[in-house]
Amino acid sequence: MKIILGNSHPQSLFAQRIEALSRQKLFACYQCGKCSSGCPMAESMDLLPNRVIREAQLNNGPVIMSCRAVWFCSSCFACAVRCPKGIDIARIMEAVRTLQMLDGKPITEQPFCEDTGTLPQIALISHFRKFNM
Amino acid sequence: MTRLGVFICHCGKNIARTVNIEALREKAATLPHVVLAKDYLYLCSKPGQTMIADDIREHRLDKVLIAACSPRLHGKTFAQTAQRAGLNPYLLDMANIREHCSWVHIDGAEGTEKAFSIIKGGLGRLLYAEPLEPFQSPVTKRVLVIGGGVAGIQATLDIANSGYEVYLVEKSPSLGGHMAQLGETFPTLDCSSCILTPKMVEVSQNEHVHLLSYSEVTRIEGNIGQFQVTVRLRPRYVDETLCTGCGDCVPTCPVVVSNEFDQGLGARKAVYLPFPQAVPAVYTIDWDACLNTDKLIICENCYKDCEAKAINFLMEPQEKMVEVGAVVLATGYELMPVARIGEYGGDEYEDVIDGLQFERMLSASGPTGGVVRRPSDGRIPQNVVFVQCAGSRDPEHGIPYCSKVCCMYTAKHALLYKHAVPDGQVYVFYIDIRAAGKGHEEFVQKVMSEERILYLRGKVSKIFKSGAKLVVWGADTLSGRQVEIEADLVVLAMAVIPSSGSQKLARTLHIASDLSGFFSEAHPKLRPLESNTDGIFLAGAAQFAKDITDTVSQATGAAGKALSLLANDFIKLEPTISEVEEGICRGCGLCVSICPFGAVKMLPSTRTGAMVAGINPILCKGCGLCTAGCLSGAVTLKGSSFKQIFAQLEEMV
Ligand SMILES: Cc1cc2nc3c(=O)[nH]c(=O)nc-3n(C[C@H](O)[C@H](O)[C@H](O)COP(=O)(O)OP(=O)(O)OC[C@H]3O[C@@H](n4cnc5c(N)ncnc54)[C@H](O)[C@@H]3O)c2cc1C
Ligand code: SF4
Ligand code: SF4
Ligand code: SF4
Repeated sequence: MKIILGNSHPQSLFAQRIEALSRQKLFACYQCGKCSSGCPMAESMDLLPNRVIREAQLNNGPVIMSCRAVWFCSSCFACAVRCPKGIDIARIMEAVRTLQMLDGKPITEQPFCEDTGTLPQIALISHFRKFNM
Repeated sequence: MTRLGVFICHCGKNIARTVNIEALREKAATLPHVVLAKDYLYLCSKPGQTMIADDIREHRLDKVLIAACSPRLHGKTFAQTAQRAGLNPYLLDMANIREHCSWVHIDGAEGTEKAFSIIKGGLGRLLYAEPLEPFQSPVTKRVLVIGGGVAGIQATLDIANSGYEVYLVEKSPSLGGHMAQLGETFPTLDCSSCILTPKMVEVSQNEHVHLLSYSEVTRIEGNIGQFQVTVRLRPRYVDETLCTGCGDCVPTCPVVVSNEFDQGLGARKAVYLPFPQAVPAVYTIDWDACLNTDKLIICENCYKDCEAKAINFLMEPQEKMVEVGAVVLATGYELMPVARIGEYGGDEYEDVIDGLQFERMLSASGPTGGVVRRPSDGRIPQNVVFVQCAGSRDPEHGIPYCSKVCCMYTAKHALLYKHAVPDGQVYVFYIDIRAAGKGHEEFVQKVMSEERILYLRGKVSKIFKSGAKLVVWGADTLSGRQVEIEADLVVLAMAVIPSSGSQKLARTLHIASDLSGFFSEAHPKLRPLESNTDGIFLAGAAQFAKDITDTVSQATGAAGKALSLLANDFIKLEPTISEVEEGICRGCGLCVSICPFGAVKMLPSTRTGAMVAGINPILCKGCGLCTAGCLSGAVTLKGSSFKQIFAQLEEMV
């Protein structure tokens, strides 16, 4: 699918919402991929963490809203600690989760559950603890 | 009656956008003593300057205020204009209504009002300005070069071959710097020491060069054209004039330590020559390693074995004073220690090494004789992973910049490894390939395609040990997948950082360095070879990471700068320096301790004989600290006298 950018495009709407929710500088990411290299959950993810950021930079709403990777993120913060640009990727993952839920689908109907039939427990528990949701 | 002229510049739209020039000119014309107020689109242009000069003559102006940009930009331009019109240049001043006003204001009314008060202040100050004459100072026709890497060597040779004397001060026992450690050099694969050692020998044989190795500059005083330098010569416990370089002292030395020239991969004795082609070809005793101390002689093996009787355990540090007219600073770089990246395990795993260590492994004269062997067990590694940008481009961990040479030398390493171990596998992790030099991109592309090297676009996050192997966790962002490699050897392209001690040296020389510690140039675009202190020039990796080609070009440029200074018998120094009024000075000596340049001394007054402060005009940089510090108000900074400054303030507020 071709990405159409330019004036007619709702400029960076997604990117803006993710930035607002995560309070992270999305465009500081220079796509080095260090977050993805060390992510313990990457094998289960449909998009690597750096790709989630890339799609957000590209303002690619459909991909972001249907991405499952964020539900596998365990908020271990390995990425945030190592990111050379000081981006807290785990917060961006959380922002995407929030956006997906705000979109109307309850957690149990998230694409993740359709796949496995269970809740992503590790993820949920650590989210509750670390982000005080 | 003073006849003042005010010239207001539009600077295109730079000033005119926020300042109402017409209104400003009209108001300025009404100020006391102003006989002429004019505005112009670009005062710095040729017609603009001609207009000013003509007006000075025609209207018999005796003081002129230019309301325009910062004097840092065009102070000299307008001073010359004044001179051409027969006006003492110190009777022309600038009022900065651009950087200090139009650029920082949006509102036109506010901007215009502020511009007016800046002009008023400038005129107030100008009223008390006095004509000053620059004074001449002789130029000592000798140069000091600090650092004996390829930068220092090149600068030394260029200057010495022009017939001037050079003092070359090198911290380590030998010339050569990092280039002496390299095997082959990108992009041409010239043998590094084959092209460097002839130059080192040339330095040692040039009659105009005084090579002070194993030495450091501890103090520098003076000014452009006249620097007094103190050099501390460390004792090498071997008499340079007697040592024949035979090496008979080495075999019986009982102490074995790691060899810094081999980046810790090999060993040497306490008495050593860093490498066979070292210049000077003189042995050195590493006193920290030697069994003897200043108080106690325990071992005399080398002493007994030296036929030339060159060993002297009682040698002491010496100080040498040299006088030079210019300084070239070429203290080079270091690599960031691998231990600083914890997740790469560099301090724990022997087989995680840096680029310079790999250079030593590749070098025929290196600790492995040019065979690539991993440090832990001496085996030839079959899987080698290179990690680029290790430490560089990582502002979170302190190094925001790109180290510029590692993309290139990693490609070179990959190539040389493949030549050495044709059935071995090489993987290179990179973020971007930066190969912008002449022949550089071609080199990298050739290595990739002809050696069939897999470049993986992603930054490694972790390296850990699993049995005898190292596991590297990386990613390939192009395919969107994680990558795991079991490696025998990992080479980290560590960030290039300024050599240790360069901060201290910057303080000794009173020059500035940037946030990363590299010496700052006077202007990043237009004066890249000069430090911000006149007469001190910069060359090589001490200014910023760069390859040999750029280093040599810069060194030749810095030498040229020094030579053009030496071409003068005298240089003109700014008269805007401080002066003590003997009658007011009460001799307390406070200013002596305040002056950062050592320019103030207490001397008996020629009239009364009482001790009063005297300022050496060559040393004084006109910073004004003593002026502000003197409790009696006895010191005046010429061109910025108290009268001038108070008048300026009074008019402005
Ligand atoms: C792994 C690696 C491979 C490389 N390969 C290549 C290559 O193939 N091709 C290429 O073009 N470039 C290569 N380079 C870059 C090259 O090393 C530099 O361009 C070059 O060495 C810079 O020379 P320099 O004289 O400025 O600094 P240096 O070589 O660092 O020399 C500085 C000298 O100053 C001395 N010194 C330091 N402090 C003081 C002090 N306070 N007082 C007195 N002396 C002092 C040091 O002892 C040293 O002798 C490579 C770099 C690395 C790290
Ligand atoms: S580690 Fe940071 S800069 Fe690198 S890709 Fe991930 S978020 Fe971007
Ligand atoms: S916080 Fe999430 S994205 Fe980051 S490394 Fe951990 S699991 Fe992966
Ligand atoms: S030269 Fe290449 S490897 Fe070195 S810091 Fe720059 S981009 Fe990274």
